[in-house]
Amino acid sequence: MTEACFNEMYDSGAVRSLYAALEGWTRSMPAELRQMKQAEAEALFRRIGITFAVYGEGGDPDRLIPFDMFPRVFSQTEWRRLERGIKQRARALNAFLVDVYGRGEIVRAGRIPAHLVYGNEAYEKAVVGFVPPKGVFSHIVGIDLVRTGPDEFFVLEDNCRTPSGVSYMLENREIMMRMFPALFRENRIEPVEAYPELLRRTLASVAPAKCDGDPTVAILTPGHFNSAYYEHSFLADLMGVELVEGPDLFVEGGLVWMRTTEGPKRLDVIYRRIDDAFLDPLCFRPDSMLGVPGLMDVYRSGGVSICSAPGAGVADDKAVYTYVPDMVRFYLGEEPILQNVPTWKCAEEDDLRYVLDHLPELVVKEVHGSGGYGMLVGPKSTTEQVENFRAKIEADPDNYIAQPTLALSTCPSFVAEGIAPRHVDLRPYCLVGETIELVQGGLTRVALTEGSLVVNSSQGGGVKDTWVLAE
Amino acid sequence: MRLSVSHRTTYCYDAPIRLAVQSLRLTPSVYDGQKVIDWQIAVEGGQQGAGFRDGAGDWIESWSVRGPADHVTVTVGGTVETADLTGLLTGHREVVNPAVYLRETLATRADAALTDLARAVADDAHEPLERAHGLSGAVAEAIAYRPGATEAHTTAAEALALGEGVCQDHAHALIAAARVLGLPARYVSGYLFATEDGTPHEAAHAWAEVWIKALGWIGFDPANRCCPDDRYVRLGSGFDARDAAPIRGIAQGPGEESLDVEVAVLQAQQ
Amino acid sequence: MLSRTADNLFWIGRYMERAEMMARLLEVGGRIALLPSAGHGYRNEWESLLQASGTALGFAKTYGDPIQRNIESYLFFDRDNPSSVASCLERARENGRIVRTALTEQVWDALNTAFQEMRQLERQPRSELELGRLTEWTMRHAAQVRGAIDATLLRNDGYDFLGLGYRLERADNTARLIDVKYYVLLPRADYVGTGLDSYQWMTLLRALSAHRAFHWAYGGDVTAAKIADFLILNRQCPRSLLTSVSGAAAHLDHLASAYGRPTPAQEAAVSLRDEVAGLTVERIFEEGMHEFLARFIRQTGRIAAVVRDTYLSGEMR
Repeated sequence: MTEACFNEMYDSGAVRSLYAALEGWTRSMPAELRQMKQAEAEALFRRIGITFAVYGEGGDPDRLIPFDMFPRVFSQTEWRRLERGIKQRARALNAFLVDVYGRGEIVRAGRIPAHLVYGNEAYEKAVVGFVPPKGVFSHIVGIDLVRTGPDEFFVLEDNCRTPSGVSYMLENREIMMRMFPALFRENRIEPVEAYPELLRRTLASVAPAKCDGDPTVAILTPGHFNSAYYEHSFLADLMGVELVEGPDLFVEGGLVWMRTTEGPKRLDVIYRRIDDAFLDPLCFRPDSMLGVPGLMDVYRSGGVSICSAPGAGVADDKAVYTYVPDMVRFYLGEEPILQNVPTWKCAEEDDLRYVLDHLPELVVKEVHGSGGYGMLVGPKSTTEQVENFRAKIEADPDNYIAQPTLALSTCPSFVAEGIAPRHVDLRPYCLVGETIELVQGGLTRVALTEGSLVVNSSQGGGVKDTWVLAE
Repeated sequence: MRLSVSHRTTYCYDAPIRLAVQSLRLTPSVYDGQKVIDWQIAVEGGQQGAGFRDGAGDWIESWSVRGPADHVTVTVGGTVETADLTGLLTGHREVVNPAVYLRETLATRADAALTDLARAVADDAHEPLERAHGLSGAVAEAIAYRPGATEAHTTAAEALALGEGVCQDHAHALIAAARVLGLPARYVSGYLFATEDGTPHEAAHAWAEVWIKALGWIGFDPANRCCPDDRYVRLGSGFDARDAAPIRGIAQGPGEESLDVEVAVLQAQQ
Repeated sequence: MLSRTADNLFWIGRYMERAEMMARLLEVGGRIALLPSAGHGYRNEWESLLQASGTALGFAKTYGDPIQRNIESYLFFDRDNPSSVASCLERARENGRIVRTALTEQVWDALNTAFQEMRQLERQPRSELELGRLTEWTMRHAAQVRGAIDATLLRNDGYDFLGLGYRLERADNTARLIDVKYYVLLPRADYVGTGLDSYQWMTLLRALSAHRAFHWAYGGDVTAAKIADFLILNRQCPRSLLTSVSGAAAHLDHLASAYGRPTPAQEAAVSLRDEVAGLTVERIFEEGMHEFLARFIRQTGRIAAVVRDTYLSGEMR
């Protein structure tokens, strides 16, 4: 099936001009040199300390995500369209969040079923009636995109809470520039290095009402045992802000304070990398040791900003996903620039029947699942796997959605035998504060196993540097 | 009726605490059925923090006590003018969509027995209001009032199986049963004026509210087989007892905590 | 800076210094054990090392009799011994990983490399690992970390907390080393001044990488008084008690002035420094060496506790 897919390097057999320079580059690189460079890249990653612990698998905590040196390339024209589409979607998702925690006009208008919103586990009653500064709930929107043809892009899912992986976007570029400076001299590649500064500005722009001076920003991490700890510390370092854990903070007098060697220091904006449930044991899970008791009260009374806002998850739920194009029309009065993948909701009877009849052709996902777990890729599964999954769907249809198996585009990748096409997706990181910002680049994930469609790093996917060429 | 409330809660620790943080839902609701004449909240040695009105219309106030301290005392009290609205919660401003209260929690999960109880009521009653009254009565029948039979973590299903409980168990069971019938329902905490002739009990009280589309939220107190009237002071609501708790707090320290509560609700001298 | 960050930095200093101390102790033990067994102190000298490092109890539980090979394993590799070289390097590196943002790339690299090489050492057969190689390896990595700190780290409060950890740990460790020699190895007065006595002193100096420095500074015969002066009171000796405690006081002075407020920690360190500076060898011998050292160890322990309460616990108001 790989052959039938759109290979981003070619257009009817000929190399697209975007990739012309890369074609020459790979030709001039003998296998030994490539292997040497690959080893060099790995040593760099390991030395920097970017490693990734796979959720729930144990194994080597110092495992690296495979880095594929073959870059993925976009033209300015392609990128500009993506950029407009991504920003449009990020605006609509935030408008939706403000609405459903306020009057709920979209529900009243009958454009989305009430139970999908109000019955949603990610919908936080504790947030109702509160509008965060600048009306932003989701400050970092990670939108996962796939491509099926030169102009066909689809949104696979939205990540409105705390999308991870941006450190790879930055480090992949850094390592490519270190190893192949000539490539960057010969190609005019838009930089991505402004991201941390843009992120810091975005966070500072949503300082709470009670903050009167220069806002103090910090990243709240679950701690150094977390698999993404490297990313947390990397971003804190590049932004020049503190990396805090729950016990470093306390609330008093309606404000949040950091415990420092010079006494309490006021904190205005928290970029949290922990889930809602762990933020505040008084409000959410009482057994949470990761959060800050009383944080939500301070948040609600305008003493601190939390990014993303608690409750933002209701917008990136896989069942709500199907309504995002409607949100764009409802709130912005525009036609969506980026399309959704056609989706069947097993919660609806007709859709369920279709899904069960066509199971071997479909990709089925859990509504609340993430990381590529708990999903069925019909065409890649045995009859037994399909039948096992059928039983799961029948037992709890509300928990599943299904999508057609898309002919995902491929990109040339370095593999053991040389260069071969592998399936890719794209996650750009859109920043929403006083303004909406998007650096020209993102994280390309690649399924390094031949024919595989699963790009998740937790399932053996790799990463690539992603280029947007200047005009 | 003019009611005066005095309520003191003391947490004692057998080893000094480093810091205590509390989120208090201890201010009477603002609605047509009650008007606050005067009301104070004080936490001994504490610093007042954020205060705000949440989406459900409750006033939340936070306090923190910096250690070392071996006890934390929360004192609230004041005078409230109440009126009998036969359970109706009119004039109460809130933003939370009633559909949110269809969500079940651990304490309000309906098991087969609670489902059966709800269905049996639905067989006889067809209008939502009629059903809500029926459910309240059925719960009162099924769970006899007996202090000490249950504890803070007892669920609605467990209380029903036991056939005994206190106001918290009645409210949980009513909420669970109402949700079975698709009626949004929630837990309400407050105070109850106990008249001298003795029937009502528990000055710190809890009951349930059920959402009836045509009327809004309506209170039901299965423990006393009535709808809240002018003997009731409403503080706030939530999914269940934990979510609606008047005091939510955490003390950081190695010690064990013990609790002492004194509540008195009297008819105020005019 | 965050109190927790300061705490992590403080402990990087302590663990790195402690790893080095363990290696030095092993070296002392290895050298003394090369002497013919006749005429030894009344206790096995290996056991005395365990006493000095405060690990005797833990060792006895796991291994029983103090045999050299077991002691090497316990003090160097054993992760169940919180003071072993391996444990210290691992903890120093983990503390470093937690506060990566407060370290330079070079410091992190030095910490991380030591840890990664440690893991390789652990995979090698023990028979291939001579004690001398292990101790030398530890000193080399400890020096690399210290060098990276010296050469690249900003002289801010983080530097002070790191330095404070190093100095307090070193004060404690040097005191313990002297105590082993003086109290444990040679308990009987009639050994004083014998060949064995001076051999032990020289071994101690060698373990502190200070035997040549000692000769340059003092010359002539090796006497207990000269060595005590060198290791306790000499400001030129980098590991002497006075140098260590002065260093700690300087870091606390620096912190107090940077933060614009004097603290009880600073007060405690300055008073100990002044006390030691005012001492003479004669006065120390009068008090009794062991008594003096025990008191000194208690006092540095108290300073560490005050530092924790003041800066590291997050309770500063």
